Amino acid sequence: MELLRFATAGSVDDGKSTLIGRLLYDSKAIFEDQLEAVERTSLARGDAYTDLALLTDGLRAEREQGITIDVAYRYFATPKRKFIIADTPGHIQYTRNMVTGASTADLALVLVDARKGVVEQTRRHAFLASLLGIPHLVVCVNKMDLVDWSQERYDEIKAEFRRFAMKLDVHDLTFVPISALHGDNVVERSAAMGWYEGPSLLHQLEEVHIASDRNLVDARFPVQYVIRPQDQGNHDLHDYRGYAGTVAGGVFKPGDEVVVLPSGLTTAVAAIDTADGPVEEAFAPMAVTIRLADDLDVSRGDMIARVRNRPHCGQDIEAMVCWLTGESALRSGAKLAVKHTTRWGHTVVKDLQYRLDVNTLHRDETATELVLNEIGRVRLRTTVPLFFDEYRRNRTTGSFVLIDETTHNTVAAGTILGPTEVE
Amino acid sequence: MSTSAPPQPHYELTHLQALEAEAIHIIREVAAEFERPVMLFSGGKDSAVMLHLAVKAFAPARLPFPVMHVDTGHNFPEVMEFRDRRVAELGARLVVASVQDAIDAGKVVEETGPRASRNRIQTVPLLEAIEAHGFDAVFGGARRDEEKARAKERVFSFRDDFGQWDPKNQRPELWNLYNGRHRKGEHIRVFPLSNWTELDIWQYVAAEDVALPPIYFAHARRVFQRDGMWLAESPWVTLLEGEEIEERTVRFRTVGDATCTGAIESAAATVAAIIEETAVTRITERGATRADDRISEAGMEDRKREGYF
Repeated sequence: MELLRFATAGSVDDGKSTLIGRLLYDSKAIFEDQLEAVERTSLARGDAYTDLALLTDGLRAEREQGITIDVAYRYFATPKRKFIIADTPGHIQYTRNMVTGASTADLALVLVDARKGVVEQTRRHAFLASLLGIPHLVVCVNKMDLVDWSQERYDEIKAEFRRFAMKLDVHDLTFVPISALHGDNVVERSAAMGWYEGPSLLHQLEEVHIASDRNLVDARFPVQYVIRPQDQGNHDLHDYRGYAGTVAGGVFKPGDEVVVLPSGLTTAVAAIDTADGPVEEAFAPMAVTIRLADDLDVSRGDMIARVRNRPHCGQDIEAMVCWLTGESALRSGAKLAVKHTTRWGHTVVKDLQYRLDVNTLHRDETATELVLNEIGRVRLRTTVPLFFDEYRRNRTTGSFVLIDETTHNTVAAGTILGPTEVE
Repeated sequence: MSTSAPPQPHYELTHLQALEAEAIHIIREVAAEFERPVMLFSGGKDSAVMLHLAVKAFAPARLPFPVMHVDTGHNFPEVMEFRDRRVAELGARLVVASVQDAIDAGKVVEETGPRASRNRIQTVPLLEAIEAHGFDAVFGGARRDEEKARAKERVFSFRDDFGQWDPKNQRPELWNLYNGRHRKGEHIRVFPLSNWTELDIWQYVAAEDVALPPIYFAHARRVFQRDGMWLAESPWVTLLEGEEIEERTVRFRTVGDATCTGAIESAAATVAAIIEETAVTRITERGATRADDRISEAGMEDRKREGYF
């Protein structure tokens, strides 16, 4: 059974909680004691209906104020797949939360109210999904019952969304007309919309092909930890030296000619070990231990790649960054710590090139800072070389976070556009 | 004789393989970036799975950190035997944070009465042990599907000088880039099983043949009913009026302090039978069997803020 991670974005008004509640309920992932607790709280608050958002809003402040503060994770499974939902709130700190929840998503669900059509929030969610390189975008046109199940209205919204999506980097875009409240096209196909010939939402979630979303071409292995057994009694292990890590791209096999960065020394893969024994190949995101044919000086933060297919290696990087804190702002000249794969360094922001309006995609080149929830393009100079790929090629070797050295907080998320061109 | 072409390589992981890889990545990240990590090990199924994953993460080398048990003094003896056996098999170092010692030293006051539990006061010896040993990362086996406060917690969860969790001020956590930076005196709680469900745990136990204490499997036990749960007869609980000991065939879904961990009636004596039961159950494991979570809607959140795991 395969694992699918998906992110949902939107507010209560879109019917997002109702939709999640229905998916969980119909797949029997909501337990009776949870439902009873929700019913009790709803009743005590005087809600007119059982508020399924309470299932995910776990914190005291959230329940008291009826708001969602943070990303909540929910789990359900069907006989075909196991699902992890990162449920991100739509109204408060939407960008920070959606970026956090959706960074590892295979698929994003965007909800559109059939009466309102494509609104600012829809565009924002679609843009963030594309910025994060989420391979599949499913637009649920919800509340179809309130527009008399109108195919015409559905087609209108589809066309409008497609016009906007052309400006984005979206590879797989699908639409489903649904009524989350009544369950139409959520789990079962709707009898009320005979004109719709596609599968139900759940069916799409079960069937969407995600295995090929992984980069199986560019072999990348950031060294995470060096395994050297210090067991004096066991002489077989005396010379064991393995490089543990998680494959970030491509496929590794014993015998492969590889290069170790930053040293640039070449060698071959001698074996790929796991606790269950050696394997004949390793691909993302397998956690394995690679042994090399030659005794080289390799440590955490180094990168193993194929000799003829190397990542960029450099200190000048172009990237989109999203600023995640209200405690400070990003300006040119800012100095921060950077974590990229298993490598730490320092970086200075050389230039803030523009700030992007997430609603209109307008680029403001006069901007001098990025504050909480703002996104912009920057040029960075790092103190150590990083071994990276464009984010659109590889979400693992193309992403980084920035950390404030005083507070130790994670203050920005970055996606790499490429190395800075020498002018 | 087969005439078909060799099968195309199939680059997919099952959900258990993906969860295992994610957990191993997290565990290795901690071993690489922290000076003094420690792994909580209660002998329960989640910590048994977590320990199994840690052993796999560093094979063929030994576990590069000690394990710690917060001993309430009210444990099921079968669980203590299991704990000691696993620690001995792995040649691991065991640190015990004792609630009894904290009580004897006058650091905590024990609850009294028939419903007394040492659950909440565990936090004091836990935090003391973290400070005394200088642990800067503490692995816990908590899962996000267990409880709704936990559903919001990061994999790397920051704790201040007092061991407290601030749910409104959590660090953003993106991709697999974990931020373990902290000052001296602060520490990070790390939850490698965050994305596992109860069913995943049992499926993994079956797939990997992970050893567990016998109380997880159906057995005859002297129990009594309280608040809709079967509590075990033990030296630490006093029966209330109307409560009567009877023998039932039960198993435990969670393992905690014997005074507040309830059993369920079940005939499931094997992992396969438990998976079957778990797949169709309509009550969460904590709802069914943990009196400590029934204190209030925010029972877990409040304890976590104080430094509970």
